[in-house]
Amino acid sequence: MDQKAPQDSPNVKEAVTPAEETGSSRREFLGQSGRVAAGVGVAALLGNLGHYALSYAAGGPPIKIGVLHSLSGTMAISEVSLRDVVLMAVEEINKAGGVMGRQIEAKVVDPASNWDLFAEKAKQLLLEDKVSVVFGCWTSVSRKSVLPVFEKNNGLLFYPVQYEGEECSRNVFYTGAAVNQQAAPAVEYLMSPEGGNYKKFYLLGTDYVYPRTTNKILRAMLLAKKVPASNIEEEYTPFHHQDYQTICGKIKKFAAGGGAAVVSTINGDSNVPFYKEFGNQGLRAEDAPIMAFSVAEDELRGMDTSALVGHLAAWNYYQSVDTPQNKKFVANFKAYCKRNNLPDGENRVTDDPIEAAYFGVYVWKQAVEKAGSTEVDKVRKAVYGQKFLAPGGQIMMDEANQHTHKPVLIGEILKNGQFKTIWRSKGLVKPEPWSEYTNPEKGCDWINHQGTYQKK
Amino acid sequence: MSLARIPRELLVLVVFLLSALGLCLQSALAADKAGDTASTVVSSSNPIEQALLDVKSEDAVVRGKAVALLIEKGDASLIPKLDEIRAEADRAVRQAIKPVIDLLKNHANLTSEQPDTRRSAAADLVGTGRPEAITWLEEAAAKEQVWWVKYTMEESARLIQLRSEDQGVRLVAAKKLGDLKSQNGLSALKEFVEAGAQSGATNEQRALADAAQVSIGQIDSWYWWASAIETMFRGVSLSSILLIMSLGLAVVFGLMGVINMAHGELMMIGAYATFVTQQAFIGWFSPDVFDWYFPVALPIAFLSAALFGWVLEATVIRFLYGRLLETLLATWGVSLILMQAARVYFGDLTAVIAPQALRGGAQVMVGVYLPYNRIFIIILSIICVLGIYFLLFRSNLGIRVRSVTQNRNMSACLGIPTRKVDSYTFAFASGLAGIAGWALTMVGNVDPGLGQNYIVDAFMVVVTGGVGKLAGAIWASLGIGGLNKLIEPVSGAVYGKVFILVGVILFLQWRPQGLYAAKGRNADA
Repeated sequence: MDQKAPQDSPNVKEAVTPAEETGSSRREFLGQSGRVAAGVGVAALLGNLGHYALSYAAGGPPIKIGVLHSLSGTMAISEVSLRDVVLMAVEEINKAGGVMGRQIEAKVVDPASNWDLFAEKAKQLLLEDKVSVVFGCWTSVSRKSVLPVFEKNNGLLFYPVQYEGEECSRNVFYTGAAVNQQAAPAVEYLMSPEGGNYKKFYLLGTDYVYPRTTNKILRAMLLAKKVPASNIEEEYTPFHHQDYQTICGKIKKFAAGGGAAVVSTINGDSNVPFYKEFGNQGLRAEDAPIMAFSVAEDELRGMDTSALVGHLAAWNYYQSVDTPQNKKFVANFKAYCKRNNLPDGENRVTDDPIEAAYFGVYVWKQAVEKAGSTEVDKVRKAVYGQKFLAPGGQIMMDEANQHTHKPVLIGEILKNGQFKTIWRSKGLVKPEPWSEYTNPEKGCDWINHQGTYQKK
Repeated sequence: MSLARIPRELLVLVVFLLSALGLCLQSALAADKAGDTASTVVSSSNPIEQALLDVKSEDAVVRGKAVALLIEKGDASLIPKLDEIRAEADRAVRQAIKPVIDLLKNHANLTSEQPDTRRSAAADLVGTGRPEAITWLEEAAAKEQVWWVKYTMEESARLIQLRSEDQGVRLVAAKKLGDLKSQNGLSALKEFVEAGAQSGATNEQRALADAAQVSIGQIDSWYWWASAIETMFRGVSLSSILLIMSLGLAVVFGLMGVINMAHGELMMIGAYATFVTQQAFIGWFSPDVFDWYFPVALPIAFLSAALFGWVLEATVIRFLYGRLLETLLATWGVSLILMQAARVYFGDLTAVIAPQALRGGAQVMVGVYLPYNRIFIIILSIICVLGIYFLLFRSNLGIRVRSVTQNRNMSACLGIPTRKVDSYTFAFASGLAGIAGWALTMVGNVDPGLGQNYIVDAFMVVVTGGVGKLAGAIWASLGIGGLNKLIEPVSGAVYGKVFILVGVILFLQWRPQGLYAAKGRNADA
């Protein structure tokens, strides 16, 4: 999907297996690592003797999985949270007895926001470490970069971020939203009487593949819904763009007379100057709401929210979702971050990609148990149709197209950086990697076809 | 049998008594709890109370009547009750109630203390389209003191009148909107023109179309000027930002011959100093004085950046004078270290909250709205330029700085402490970068990449302006900023930037020394 603010992780830790990490302070952890490095299994004995003994007795050696998220460089700010939540899920599963009685051992690597390194590290995970599955990637370019590696070596990747679609790989499970599960319903909502009957749309984004493709689909959809082309404006800004005076002036003119909404795929550090300028030019959420697809709770942590209150976002999950399993999930995540001395500890928040990364691990676990094996081909078959009660509610893996059936939620930004859900789709939305508006003739199916096929 | 009958009769009796009691209670206390059937059978003494009950009805007609009554007779005091109903109601009822709440709220807000609230209310009333709102707006406009609020009220009233059934009212409204130069009316007026241009148009529609056409002409020509003024302001605003960033750089680069790649990170230090001051205010002082953090942060930002610059000069740059490329590499290294340090220490949780006085903007005339933060930065950059001018050209320190620039050895012979001059000049320029960082927190965010976002633009200004000339920096930033804002509306932000870069390259081909060339003996040095 998209990039975010160009910052490194404030605190990047060494790759470490969760078994060693459990319940240890930093000093103990260093000590343990030292002992492990010395080639003595003392750490394992000290930390998780019982579990290990049990797991060996029950099912054999631990199952290796890979975690491929940038822990340094510009993407670390977003991806570190995903690593954290994957390790948390692994810890939970191990505590509950592991997968088929076997413990999971996570191998964490750092591709450092470097797309070539992503491919290299993926190769290392698959060929040297021989992991059964990899959880990783954030940006579309990193996913595209590892794709050939996974396809050539028949690996398995769980990709947890909303993206632009138009992809259908046998070796990837997409647990984030396709365009028809986020952007399209969001715009449909804006057009509905409940959403405010908006008639004019200003599509504004950062200049790269995700906004361009998403806006291409949205434009085709709006035209198909009889919105005249003169009522659609499309504009892009470079990465790290700071001066939004002209664009806000244009929006003001565009919105005069009412009925206009802004659809924003701006990402990263451009969001703050954009929202600030928007407010300072006298534009209000009532005049022209901004519907954003790249602003979630994790990004709002670092912003002055006073300029954003009342604007909208579309996701499949919010931290504020009111389900018992979500309350537990949020509390566990905060506790996990605190316990492991991760930056900001208890103040950490969950958001959509974090949730998608989390349930991805569980979906894989269920599939492995169903297949009775960690072999990629068997696991893949078992993933199809798999259901899981995720923190945000029940989700389901598609029967054939590698994507996830998810609910769509429109949220309003609140002062505290959280979202209030103001609309929710009826049931789950079926994922369509090929949009019916831009590629009506194409479909994605790995059961009856070989991936992408031409519909007759 | 008989045993079974008695209780049944009793039961009927009890039900009868209870319902009678219930009805009495209801009319006596105007109870807020009653079923739909009960409320239709018995008409309550107070029509508003009755309407509040009817609004919950499942019958759309009853609900519609209740809504109309509430809009006509209701006032703001009903809002809490309506909110309560809305919270429990189902979707259909919620949607029926929402316009009532909006209307009542906006009606009440028309007499609010805050001009902004009054204005928002007036603007929102257009969306409801209720004719009742016209009289409210006209009454409010008659009493209104602030011209811009008054303008919005009048405009909103006319906009609602445009949807009237009465041809005369619509004609007058269309003409009035032209007089008001209402941009919000444009789309509705254009619809009239389109309707009038159709073959089957009635005379009424044609007359309306003619009136609308005249108004559109008025509005368009007014907005041409308004947008020209706004574009000019945006150009000046961008220029002022460029200028304030490049001032310190111009001093260092021009006077000292040092390419300071860490200049952006010195701005970052200023921005973080502002952030830290803000956090200190949040932590230690009462919220009443919170806005004072911003002026307090100014000297802190200046001094912390200056102090850092002073240390940087003393430890790194003093060994590299006269070796242009080496200063470039060394300061670049310093900038990387500073960036990473900021990442490690501050992370990504840094937001600076603008003080109340610098939020929003001023409506100077119809169609021209100037944000306060931008005006503030323009004034600040003017003050900075004046400050530098007096310091360099009207003070003893300035004479020494200039003499060291022109001829270091001769200055030293004449007893000027060149080392001290170097170090003060560098510290001062760094302080200027700190002020720039302080000001930039008003428009952007505070993050470790802040300096990187601006450093290229700052260098562009300095090189285009001609090395070492204050006037060059001023004209170059005005030129680049102004040109950028002229091109951007046409080309979009991405190509706007490309055009500017190409333009600067071509300009430097034509005039490598920049706008203002250094003259004299040291020109080639």
